[in-house]
Amino acid sequence: MVKNARSSILARLRMAPESVGVIQPDWRPAVIAEPERQNRFTTMIEAAHGEVHPVESQVWPQRLLSILANRGIRRLLIAPAHPLGRALAEAWAGNPDAPELVPYDRCVEEMKDTLVHGIDAALTGTAGAIAETGSLVLRPGADEPRLMSLLAPIHIAVLEANAIHDTLTSMMASQHWNRAMPTNLLLISGPSKTADIEQTLAYGVHGPKELIVLIME
Amino acid sequence: MNSPTGFAQRAAVALSDKSLRANFRRAMDGLMEKRKAQFPDRQALEALRDKGAAIRANALSKLPDLLERLEANCTANGIQVHWAATVAEGNAIISEILGKHHARLVIKGKSMVSEEMHLNHHLQQQAIDAIESDLGEYIIQLAGETPSHIVMPCIHKNLDQIARLFADNIPDQAYTEDVDALTAAARRVLRERFAAADAGLSGVNFAVAETGTLVLIENEGNGRLSTTLPSLHIAVTGIEKVVESLSDIPPLLALLPRSATGQPITTYVNMISSPRRPGEKDGPTEVHLVLLDNGRSKVYADPHLRDTLRCIRCGACMNHCPVYGRVGGHAYDAVYPGPIGKILMPQLDGLEAKGDLAHASTLCGACAEVCPVKIPIPDILVHLREESVNPTGAVAHSHFSGTLERTIWSMWTMVNTSPKLYRLFLWGATRFGNLMPGRLFKRWTLVRTRPQFARASLHEQAASEGFGDG
Repeated sequence: MVKNARSSILARLRMAPESVGVIQPDWRPAVIAEPERQNRFTTMIEAAHGEVHPVESQVWPQRLLSILANRGIRRLLIAPAHPLGRALAEAWAGNPDAPELVPYDRCVEEMKDTLVHGIDAALTGTAGAIAETGSLVLRPGADEPRLMSLLAPIHIAVLEANAIHDTLTSMMASQHWNRAMPTNLLLISGPSKTADIEQTLAYGVHGPKELIVLIME
Repeated sequence: MNSPTGFAQRAAVALSDKSLRANFRRAMDGLMEKRKAQFPDRQALEALRDKGAAIRANALSKLPDLLERLEANCTANGIQVHWAATVAEGNAIISEILGKHHARLVIKGKSMVSEEMHLNHHLQQQAIDAIESDLGEYIIQLAGETPSHIVMPCIHKNLDQIARLFADNIPDQAYTEDVDALTAAARRVLRERFAAADAGLSGVNFAVAETGTLVLIENEGNGRLSTTLPSLHIAVTGIEKVVESLSDIPPLLALLPRSATGQPITTYVNMISSPRRPGEKDGPTEVHLVLLDNGRSKVYADPHLRDTLRCIRCGACMNHCPVYGRVGGHAYDAVYPGPIGKILMPQLDGLEAKGDLAHASTLCGACAEVCPVKIPIPDILVHLREESVNPTGAVAHSHFSGTLERTIWSMWTMVNTSPKLYRLFLWGATRFGNLMPGRLFKRWTLVRTRPQFARASLHEQAASEGFGDG
């Protein structure tokens, strides 16, 4: 059945009259000069309810501790194989005030209950960001699983200031994404939200209610 | 299935429902404002629309080749590709995959193609629960309704109605009009469903042939959960959703959310290129892509209609349509309502069943003006109207088969093809037209002033001013 469907669909499409050639217009995306990029990124993601904290790269674990202190975070999910996860484990070791670090170190099937119910926040890195739309770019993989940026009520993402590109077009082209796409590539432009009930915005409907971005300068 | 005057009757009912009209009016006004704010520069918008239209037209011009390329690249990435010529075939493919996995609970991201397939109903018959997880879809599933808008499915409901629905259907949920509390209740209920689901089912916004990538956009995170948490992911899409290159995605992303909801970008853009690879800790271990035709290849075959398939399902045509905004989505009795539905449904379901939708339009052109991929919707509507009446003026489809209408058109043809009859008719109309009894036009004059016939025809007036026929 399936084979027949394939050949009959393709045959019908090939029998149809050919379209006239399509001329691609010379469209170029906006250019955002480098000094403006970080500002633009911050303005855009804050407008989408994201929270941005510029930090110096040596002291980010301490800054994170103070950011989380007021929020009553007890269990923070980390990727133990990721450099950020390792750095945090080292920096917070022996600190009685620090939240407990929960490592995502087994496959989802073995950790489902912890992931779905047992964490207050999660920490991930980023593969850069897009200034134009205020979007973080994540490439989850073996070191940093996909669900880390999705299940916890608070998502903390660490971004290098010099990894902010002006547009998706320029980032995609300069890094040749089309040559090898990862299993999953994500743009995240704020916390989870909905306006399905009378167009009233509500945050955290399925994913994180808060998105905190640490920009390392 | 539709009565000859189906749309007109349903529209009349909808128009007298004050709360429905208020719900739509508020929503449509808001969405139009938000879209406008996203495109302050008219020139930039037009350049972007030209680009979007060219990307989609290019993809359609190479459709069979791109579908084969998509299949090859998805397969190389580990995504299993299936082809379905009809809804029945699509449903059978999905049943078979779910059957192999002994799946009993399916969690769904928003997918209009699955609505087109009546997939939930089909699965229910096989004792498989399909739970909608998009908040709007979840609400209408609780209410036992169908979406009234392709982007905002429960736009016809107000806060009070939703609050009641939750209080009646969710255990331990008291009546509350606090939107945050309602949202939290849905999160609580659906979290458990996500965790328990055997499979996730989603639609696809764009399928990239070059890289074998499925692009899904959303705000809630339910789409990501549906495609990440269960070990099996099935994506369904129409065959027209393919684009050639990854570089086609940014311009389309710059158009879709801004046109749809007036957002610069959706919260999540989820690009899926393969199932879980060795060493990865999550993501589905199997990903399936079902390519559904269901009449699209027939639409493709007609050069007058092919542009219909450019659609990226933003819903801007609905938001700006004076008819949709007043009668709402359900009056169309169609999976895709509003202007795009008026041209798509008669083509998918046939003129016999949905032909009256092509007439549910004033041809004002607002839809074509806002369409991000420049689908000439009014032109296609006119073409469909022409198709439903054959060139001799005789009636081709049942919704035109009223004896009165047929008689009037044949008289009109007679009068306009004979100069003598034409002059006689004009003479009569100018002398006696105003004497026609008013009750003949009661339905027209109820809300309009009755026009008066001139005392002499233009022809006679011109002659009396000295302009001859020569």
